[in-house]
Amino acid sequence: MITIKNLHASVDGKEILKGLSLEVKDGEVHAIMGPNGSGKSTLASVLAGKSEYEVTAGEVIFNGKNLLELSAEDRAREGVFLAFQYPVEIPGVSNINFLKTSINEIRAYKGLGPIEPKEFLAMVKEKQKLVELDGKLTGRSVNEGFSGGEKKRNEIFQMAMLEPSLGILDETDSGLDIDALRIVANGVNKLRDAKRSFILVTHYQRLLDYIVPDFVHVLYNGRIVKSGTKELALELEEKGYDWLKSESVEA
Amino acid sequence: MNATATITFKDSLLAHFEQSLPSLFGDAQLRRKAALYFEEKGIPNRKWEDYKYINPEAVLKSDFGFRTNRMREITPHDINEFKLVKDSIVIVIANGIYSAELSPMNTLPVGITISNIADAVVSNEIAKKHYAKYAKFDADPFVALNTAMCAGGVFVHVAKNVQTKTPIQIIHVSNFETPSIAQPRNLIVVEESAEAIVIESYETIGPIKTFLNTLTEVYVGPNAKFDHYRIQTEGENAFQMNTLQASVCGNSLYNTYTFTLGGIFTRNNLNILFTEKNGEAHLYGLYPITNSQVVDNHTIVDHAVPNCMSNELYKGVVNEKASATFNGKIFVRPDAQKTNAFQTNRNILLSDDATVNTKPQLEIYADDVKCSHGTSTGKVNEDAMFYLQARGIGKESARALLIRAFAEEVVDQVKIEELRDYIDKRIDSILK
Ligand SMILES: Nc1ncnc2c1ncn2[C@@H]1O[C@H](COP(=O)(O)OP(=O)(O)OP(=O)(O)O)[C@@H](O)[C@H]1O
Ligand SMILES: [Mg+2]
Repeated sequence: MITIKNLHASVDGKEILKGLSLEVKDGEVHAIMGPNGSGKSTLASVLAGKSEYEVTAGEVIFNGKNLLELSAEDRAREGVFLAFQYPVEIPGVSNINFLKTSINEIRAYKGLGPIEPKEFLAMVKEKQKLVELDGKLTGRSVNEGFSGGEKKRNEIFQMAMLEPSLGILDETDSGLDIDALRIVANGVNKLRDAKRSFILVTHYQRLLDYIVPDFVHVLYNGRIVKSGTKELALELEEKGYDWLKSESVEA
Repeated sequence: MNATATITFKDSLLAHFEQSLPSLFGDAQLRRKAALYFEEKGIPNRKWEDYKYINPEAVLKSDFGFRTNRMREITPHDINEFKLVKDSIVIVIANGIYSAELSPMNTLPVGITISNIADAVVSNEIAKKHYAKYAKFDADPFVALNTAMCAGGVFVHVAKNVQTKTPIQIIHVSNFETPSIAQPRNLIVVEESAEAIVIESYETIGPIKTFLNTLTEVYVGPNAKFDHYRIQTEGENAFQMNTLQASVCGNSLYNTYTFTLGGIFTRNNLNILFTEKNGEAHLYGLYPITNSQVVDNHTIVDHAVPNCMSNELYKGVVNEKASATFNGKIFVRPDAQKTNAFQTNRNILLSDDATVNTKPQLEIYADDVKCSHGTSTGKVNEDAMFYLQARGIGKESARALLIRAFAEEVVDQVKIEELRDYIDKRIDSILK
């Protein structure tokens, strides 16, 4: 699915990713944990194509294509989806209109005609149910006046609508109440299949009780300093990050 | 240099005034006073505080003529193209003069009077009572010039208690043979407890340069409701000074919508005076402009009496080398307690060569008031751009989507669907 090799990226001349490597195979779920400021959102943004981040070294191959050469929109059209840590509010652009434009541009990229309005509406209905998103919200402007939890659910709703091959979820669980966490996790689990992979950025082991990952990595100081399975998350919950910090300095 | 070059445009304008005065309608005395005032002040230029960012003096050179007979034909077919709302009453001001042929008045609803202002000022008592009462010629040289030289326009009267939902569209259209200045003058009187909708639109046919110095006076009677749209869609050959002077009585609602979608040089002076308690006014403006368009919106809301409310929202999208100015004055006079006055001006710059000048001016002399103002000028929101792109939406459509959304806050205020659709289409074509 995606192979990241020795990725270095900086913003405003400050290096944040310092040689990060990661391989995610088809159908796998990888969790990335790590202290605040270690570069998790930066990794997500770099993969999604945010232009203010400058990649200074390394490569990213996504389904055989050099991802770093593609524009942000082409990455999305190729099947990369980023659920934002802080989804932006866009007053005046209705959720529905936005989604339809999005789906149609992705279809056009694949040489398909616009989606049938009927099919689109049926899909909206179905996917709304999946994340138990209030129908009223989809009629409103993108994220405008949404609560924190509603914004996160809207991200998963969009992911369900766009059916990407790689979903990158940046702290989608932060700020969710127990019920919402279960709903969101359930939404992700339903989207899991042999062809679709996920990178979950999270601070909490709890999410991983719901979405069981194949691998867990610790990102620290711009690099993956430890990888393991689900048990690593439990160990982190117990011991924190300090033992890894000192280990990585020694390394 | 030949000798005639030293005769300025102003001189020839005044000479023409003397010549044509006997044929002009109304009070010759008033016209003469106004002409004298104009002679004394001259044509404003950048040295004038109120004309810092727009220079009529540089525009008004001798190549503009003022003989309105040098014009090309305007046909009913042309007018049909300019009609914005299917079910409406259409009035045509052709090259600054009321056109009876193009304004068929056979099916006017009861209580609505529409006539050539040149006739009304002589024969209609109501027109006589209101004419030149609100726009004072010593307020601005262009008001003076219009007062001195206007040769036509329309008088619209909506009688007491008459509530009409049918829009009245006043189409100002120019089609001159040689570069010309035209000075239409309109008077709209909406009486007590009446309701009216007026759309003033501005059009040009053909490529000849025109300068329109238009003046509209509005009286909104007690407890009346008046929606007043002004839509500028002239061509790139069009220069315009547009003054609207409104007087708003108690318990009435006056809504203005100023859309500048065309023209190369447009100055809108929109002045509203509250004369009695509990008046309410909304001022909406939108100027999506490009190329080398220059647009200058000057508004004055004068809270001369207590308990009135005004709300102003102007938005601009400025592309290429275009330049936009917003200057919003709000006066709250010493007696005007319990005033609510709000003002917002927001702009998006789409190019590095585009400019925006924005200046709110609040002068508040009463203490028990609620007033606020806010301005912003910036580029398209980068985070929103990335969000849309990250969902597969291309850069260009993402930008268009965001700009449309920005403009929509103003367009949404338009209550007539046909008009909204028309404005949306014009905005799309400007953004391309
Ligand atoms: N646009 C930017 N300009 C300057 N510094 C930035 C920018 N974006 C990120 N950084 C810095 O890069 C570092 C990594 O930030 P990042 O957001 O990737 O961390 P994170 O691991 O996602 O943290 P958190 O767990 O708090 O979300 C931080 O020190 C942050 O301040
Ligand atoms: Mg983060």
